[in-house]
Amino acid sequence: MTINGWLQFAVFSIVLLALVKPLGLYLARVLEGGRTWLDPVLRPFERLIYKLSGVKADQEMNWREYAFALLGFSAVSLLLTYALERLQGAIQWLNPQHLAGVEQALAWNTAASFTTNTNWQSYTPETTMSYLTQMAGLAYHNFTSAAVGIAVAVALIRGVKRTESGTIGNFWVDATRSILYVLLPACVIFALLLIWQGVPQNLHPYTQAATLEAQTQTIAQGPVASQEAIKMLGTNGGGFFNANSAHPFENPTPLTNLLEMLAIFVIPGALTVTLGRLTGSPGHGWAVLAAMFVLFAVGFTTIYWSESQPHPLIHGAVQANTATAPGGNMEGKEVRFGITDSSLFATITTDASCGAVNAMHDSFTPLGGMVVMTNIMLGEVVFGGVGAGLYGVLIFVVVSVFIAGLMVGRTPEYLGKKIEAYDVKMAMLYVLIFPLIILALTAAFVLSPNIGLSALNNAGPHGLSEILYAFTSAVGNNGSAFAGLSANTWWYNVALGFAMLAGRFLMIVPVLALAGNLAQKKSIPPSPGTFPVNTPLFTVLLISVILIMGALTFFPALSLGPILEHLLLHAGQLF
Amino acid sequence: MATKKNLWNSEIVRQAAVDSIKKLDPRAMAKNPVMFVVEVGCVLTTALLITNAMHHGGAAQHAESFGFNLQITLWLWFTVLFANFAEAMAEGRGKAQADTLRKAKGETIAQRYAADGSLEDVTSSLLRAGDVIYVVAGHFIAGDGEVIEGVASVDESAITGESAPVIREAGGDRSAVTGGTKVLSDFIKVKITSNPGETFLDRMIALVEGATRQKTPNEIALSILLSGLTIIFLLAVVTLQPFAIYSHAPQTVFVLVSLLVCLIPTTIGGLLSAIGIAGMDRLVQYNVLAMSGRAVEAAGDVSTLLLDKTGTITLGNRQATEFYPAPDVSKERLADAAQLSSLSDETPEGRSIVVLAKEKYGLRGRDLSGIHPTFVPFTAQTRMSGVDLPGAQIRKGSVDAISRFLEEQGSSLPRKVREQVEEIARAGGTPLVVAENATALGVIYLKDIVKGGLKDRLARLRAMGIRTIMITGDNPLTAAVIAREAGVDDFLAEAKPKDKMDLIKREQAKGKLVAMTGDGTNDAPALAQADVGVAMNSGTQAAKEAGNMVDLDSNPTKLIEIVEIGKQLLMTRGALTTFSIANDVAKYFAIIPAMFAGVFPVLNALNIMHLATPQSAILSAVIFNAVIIVALIPLALKGVKYEPKPAAMLLRQNLLIYGLGGVIVPFIGIKAIDLLLVALKLA
Amino acid sequence: MHSVWKTSIRFTIVTTLLLGLAYPLALTAIAHVLFPYQADGSLILKDGKVIGSALLAQSFTSDQYFHPRPSAAGNGYDATNSGGSNLAQSNKKLVDRIQGDIDKLAKANGGKPVPIDLVTTSGSGLDPDITPDAAYYQAARVAAARHLSEDTINKLIAAHTTQRTLGLLGEPRVNVLELNLDLDGLTK
Repeated sequence: MTINGWLQFAVFSIVLLALVKPLGLYLARVLEGGRTWLDPVLRPFERLIYKLSGVKADQEMNWREYAFALLGFSAVSLLLTYALERLQGAIQWLNPQHLAGVEQALAWNTAASFTTNTNWQSYTPETTMSYLTQMAGLAYHNFTSAAVGIAVAVALIRGVKRTESGTIGNFWVDATRSILYVLLPACVIFALLLIWQGVPQNLHPYTQAATLEAQTQTIAQGPVASQEAIKMLGTNGGGFFNANSAHPFENPTPLTNLLEMLAIFVIPGALTVTLGRLTGSPGHGWAVLAAMFVLFAVGFTTIYWSESQPHPLIHGAVQANTATAPGGNMEGKEVRFGITDSSLFATITTDASCGAVNAMHDSFTPLGGMVVMTNIMLGEVVFGGVGAGLYGVLIFVVVSVFIAGLMVGRTPEYLGKKIEAYDVKMAMLYVLIFPLIILALTAAFVLSPNIGLSALNNAGPHGLSEILYAFTSAVGNNGSAFAGLSANTWWYNVALGFAMLAGRFLMIVPVLALAGNLAQKKSIPPSPGTFPVNTPLFTVLLISVILIMGALTFFPALSLGPILEHLLLHAGQLF
Repeated sequence: MATKKNLWNSEIVRQAAVDSIKKLDPRAMAKNPVMFVVEVGCVLTTALLITNAMHHGGAAQHAESFGFNLQITLWLWFTVLFANFAEAMAEGRGKAQADTLRKAKGETIAQRYAADGSLEDVTSSLLRAGDVIYVVAGHFIAGDGEVIEGVASVDESAITGESAPVIREAGGDRSAVTGGTKVLSDFIKVKITSNPGETFLDRMIALVEGATRQKTPNEIALSILLSGLTIIFLLAVVTLQPFAIYSHAPQTVFVLVSLLVCLIPTTIGGLLSAIGIAGMDRLVQYNVLAMSGRAVEAAGDVSTLLLDKTGTITLGNRQATEFYPAPDVSKERLADAAQLSSLSDETPEGRSIVVLAKEKYGLRGRDLSGIHPTFVPFTAQTRMSGVDLPGAQIRKGSVDAISRFLEEQGSSLPRKVREQVEEIARAGGTPLVVAENATALGVIYLKDIVKGGLKDRLARLRAMGIRTIMITGDNPLTAAVIAREAGVDDFLAEAKPKDKMDLIKREQAKGKLVAMTGDGTNDAPALAQADVGVAMNSGTQAAKEAGNMVDLDSNPTKLIEIVEIGKQLLMTRGALTTFSIANDVAKYFAIIPAMFAGVFPVLNALNIMHLATPQSAILSAVIFNAVIIVALIPLALKGVKYEPKPAAMLLRQNLLIYGLGGVIVPFIGIKAIDLLLVALKLA
Repeated sequence: MHSVWKTSIRFTIVTTLLLGLAYPLALTAIAHVLFPYQADGSLILKDGKVIGSALLAQSFTSDQYFHPRPSAAGNGYDATNSGGSNLAQSNKKLVDRIQGDIDKLAKANGGKPVPIDLVTTSGSGLDPDITPDAAYYQAARVAAARHLSEDTINKLIAAHTTQRTLGLLGEPRVNVLELNLDLDGLTK
C-alpha cells in the first residue's frame, strides 16, 4: 500500500462525491417529470417514443400494473436478443467475421444475462458475437436494464413518499425518461472521451497484423466505445472483449480507468441524493450514502492490503513495491493499473453490480478474492447496480428500521410510513431469495463431479470458491467471475440463466409490492419519538445489519472457501 | 392487587416446569416456527442417538462420541424446554393474578326480578344480559351492569385494590357496577349487561391467563422476520454439508443441528410470547384492563394524548376562594345568593362555595322548606345552575351563560363585572357569575389546582414525541393559563363532546395516533374513535364498551403509564431480537472452527476464544444458547428498563446495550462454559 | 394484459432502433471525424502494412527485443481471445510456472531478483506495458544482443517511460512495442 495509492483513492472519492449531488438533483427532476435544460432537444423525441409505442404517458399505474409492464417488456426484449443471437449467422448484416448463430443454451444464458443487468459472459465475445448482436442485443440491454433498475428505484421512492395513493408511477415513462435524459446523453459524451483515449469504434473486419517478429496477429475490434460507455454507466459489465476492462481496447489508460470507475458509481451514488430529495429528507439520503461509502472504503482497504502482499511460496522475485513497480500480486493484473487501480476497480465493480473487471478476480489473493465475493454477497447494496442498489439498500433500511425501531418503543416507521407485517414479509422475501438460490445451486453443483466440478480450473478450496462465486455473481446480477470456471456448458448455462432471472425479477416483484403497500399508507408526521434515519447512528446501524445479514448467511461457505485457502496457502499447501 | 410478586415464586415455577413439558406437543409448538425447528432437530438427534446405540453397542470410540452426542441432544431438548418454561412462567404469573380475581368472582346468589315483578333467587351463572337484579347492603353484585334505580356505596376493592367505598347511582356517569363487588349501604337495582363468561372479570381472567391471546400486529411482523431468518439459517446449514463433503470433511447430524439451533433466533423466538403475556400482565398490575394486545401496542405508538383538564391535569375540585360583587351590590348579598344557588350542587365546586360563604360571611345552611325552592340543575346546554324561589331566579354559571340569561330578560352584564371576569380568567381562575333575575350580583373566583409533578411528566412525554392536548369546558383565557401552568402543548377550550370527536379525527387525519380517557356516555363516540380509549371503571357502561381499555382505578392520569407500558413492550421485543441476532457472531467463531479443525487444523486460527476442544466448543455454544433463554426470562417478564427519552437517545442506548452487548456477551459466556466443561471433564 | 404485450413489443422495437442502431452507428461516424486513428484501433503501420496496435502486446521472443509479460490469451498474445490465466494463488500450476520463469530469468541475470510483472500473466494477455523495472532488467540482454551499450538502452527506456497520468493516476510503464520499434530504428 502506497501514499500514491491512497491519493488515487482519495481523488476518486472526492470526484465521486462532488458529482453525486448535482446528478442526484437532476435525476430527481427527470424522474418527477420536471423540466430540464435538455427539454428543448429531447422532449419531441420523448413524445415520439410514447406515440410510436402506444404509451399513455399520463396514466399512473398501481404496483401490479407496473410489475406487469416491467416483466412484459423484459420478456419481449429478452426474446428479441435470443433471436438475434440465434439468427446472427443468417442475418449476416454487421457481421464482418461471419460468425455463426449462437447455440441454444449459451444464447439463453446470454439473453437472460443481459436482460437482468448481470452481463455474465459464458462466451468469448470476439469469436462468438456479431457486431449486430453486440449493438442491438447486448449493448441495447445495457441501456434498458439500467433504466428498469432506475424505474423500480423511483417507484419505491414514490411508495415511501406518497400517502394514501394507489399508484406508484408509470413504468414506460420512468424507463423512457431515464434513458433519454440521463443514460443516452451521458453515454455519447463518455464514449467520445473513451475514443479520444484510444477505445476503437468501427465496423471493420478484424485486422491482420504482421508483427515485428514476423508472426501474424489478428486484432479483434468493433464498435467498442459505444458499448463500453453504457456498460459502465449502467453497471452492466458485459465486455466487448473477453478480458473486459482489462483489455487495452476497452480501458487503454489510467484516465479511462478513472472515468470508468466513476461511471460505475455515479448513478447509484446520485440516486441516494435523489432519494433524499424526493422524500424531503436529504439527511436520510446522505446517511444511506455514508453507509455505502464506509462499506466501500473498508472493502477497498482489505483488497488493497491483501493484493499488495507477496506470494508466500514464490522466491527470487521483487514482490515489494518500488518507485517504478507496484509489486504485490500481479498475476491477472495490468501494469498500467498496478495493484491500486486493480484493487479499486475490483471493489467498485463488485460493490456495484457491474461485473466489469480490469484484473482477473480468480487470480486474486484468497482474502482479496473473498472480499470481492463478499461485496456481492452483501446483496449488491454498496452503491449497487443502477437503481437496484438503491432499492436493495432500502430493503435493508426497512429491515434495520424494523429490528431496531422496536427498540424506541413504537411500531417501526420509515420516513413516516409504518412498517407492518406485509412490508416485513416483502422485505424478507427479497432478503431470502438471494441466499436461497445461491446456496442451493452452489450446493447442487458442488455435489456433482460431472456437471459441477468438471468445469473447475482450480482445485481445493478455491474450486469451491469458483462455483460459489459463479452463482453469487449470477443471483447478485453482478456478472464478474472467477473466470477459470468453464461455465459454457449446458448445465451451467441453463442454471446460471435461471439464477440471474430469479435474482432480478423474483426480487423486483416484492420491491414493487412493498412500494405499492407503502404508497397507500398514511404518513405519520415526524416527532422526537420518531426513529431517526438521518443520523450517523443510523448509518452505523444500517452497516451492521447489512454486514450481519450477509456475513451470517455466507460465513460457513466462505470459511471452507477463501478463508481455508488463505490459511492453507500460508501453511505452504498448494492444490 | 397491584402488589409486587416475587418473580421466582416457587409455586409458579413448579407449575411452569410441568407446563413446559406439556407444551412439547408439536401441534402447540408449530405456532412458534423458530422453536418448532428446534424441536424437529431434537427429535432427529434423539432418533439417531438411539439407532446409533443399537447398532454400535459399546465400542470404545463410539462411547466417546456417544457421550458428546448425548449431551448435545439433552441440551437441545433443554433449549425447547427453557423456551416453553419462559412462556409457562408468564402464563403462570397471569394465572396467579387470575386466581385472586376468581376468588372475588365465586358463585353468588342474586335476587332477580321475574317477569311478574316479583323477586326470585338465582345463581349468578344463570344471569343473562337484560336481567334486572336487586342488591341490598351486605350483598355482592352478581354481574356487570348498570344501576337503574337507587344510590349505594360499593366496595370495589376486589377489583381495584382501593379500599375506600365508591358511590354508585342511577343515571349520570357513575352508574356502572362490576360483578364481584359488594354493596355496603342502601340498595340498588342493577340491569345486567353481560352474559356469564363475558363479564369484565371473566375477560380479565382470560387475558391474564393468556388463554385468548392473539398475536398482535407487531408480533406478527416480528414472527415473519424471525421465520425468514430461520429459513436463511436452515439453508446455510443444510448447504454447508455439500461444501463440507467437497472439502472431505463431512459433518455429523448432531453437529449440524447444533449449528442450526445456535444460529436461528431461539432467544427471541423462545421469549416472544412470554414478552407479550407479561406486557398484558404489567397492565393488569396497574389495574388497567386491555381488551386486546393490539390496544397495548397501540398505546406505545400514541402521538397525541387528549387529557381532560378536570381530574387529570388539575385536582378536579376547583375551590371558591373569593367573591367579587358587582357595583352597588354588597358582598354579603352576593355570598348569600351564591350559597343559595349552590345548596343542591353536590360538585366539589358547589360545596366549596357553600363553605366559603359560611366561613367568610357566617352564612349557614338554612332550612329552605318554607320557601319552596326549585333547584335548577346544571346541563351542558344551559351551562348554568341555580335555584328558583318565589319571585327570584338565582343563577350561577359561566360568563357567556349568565350573559345570555341576562339578555333574555332585557338586561346585560355590567362592564365592571365583565372586567372582573377577565381578570380572574387571566389569572387562571374560573369565574362564575351570579345573577338574580335581571341583576348581575358579581363573580365567584374558583381556583384550579394543577396536580403536583404533572409538568415534569408532560415534559417527558414531549421528549418522547407525544403531544398533549388539554380538553376543558373553560373559556379560552382560563384554559390558556392552566395549560401554561401544567405545561401541555395545546388545549381545546369550551369543548363540547362533538369538538373532542372532531379534534381526534383531525389528529388522525394527520397520521397521528390518539389516546384519551373518558367516562361519560357522551364520551363513548370519541372513545371509540380514539386509537387508545381508556374508559374509567366508574364511568357508564356505554363508555366502557366503546373504549379498548378500562382503568379500574378510574384514574385518568394513568394514561401516561399505559403509554409507557406499551412502549416498554415493543422495546423489549426489539431489544431481545437485536440481542439474539448479534449473538450469532460469537457462535460462528465457536462452532465453525470446531467443525473443521479435525480435517484442517489451520482453521483453528478462527478459534479466537481458544476453546479447549472441538467438542467442548460446540457443546459450550449449544449450552450458552439454551441457558441464555432462562437468563433472560426476568428481562422478558419485567420488560427492559424504560425511560422517557427522545427516540434517538433510546436507540443509541439500546443499540449499545443489546446490539454491542449482544455481540460481546456470548464470547464471554461461551468461554466460561467451555472452561467449566473442561473442569468438570464433560468434554 | 393484452395491451401490456402490445406496448412491450412496440417499445422494444422503437428503443432497439434508437439505442441498438442509431446510437452506435452515429457514434461511429462522429468518431471517424474526430478521432480516426483511435477509432480504428491505434494501428501502427510500417511500410504501409499493419504491424500491430500500439495498445496491444505482441509476442517477442528474440534476445534483441524487449519481452512483454507472459500471455495467457489463447496460445499467447491472441488478440481474438483475450484473457488471463485465471489460476488461483493456491494453484500449484501457477506457482510452478512463476517459479520456473523466475529461476530461468534469475539464472540468466546472475541471480538478480526478477520484477514480478515480468513473470506474471496480465489480465488481458495483451498488456502492452511492462514496468520500468522490468524494462531495465532486460537492458543488459538487449544491449548484448544488439551490441549496444547498456547506457544507450537505458536512455531509450527512460525516454519511453510513461509516468503516472497527472503524476497521480495509474502506474509508471513502458510500452514494449513502441520501445522495440525505436530499438529497431536505433540499430538501422
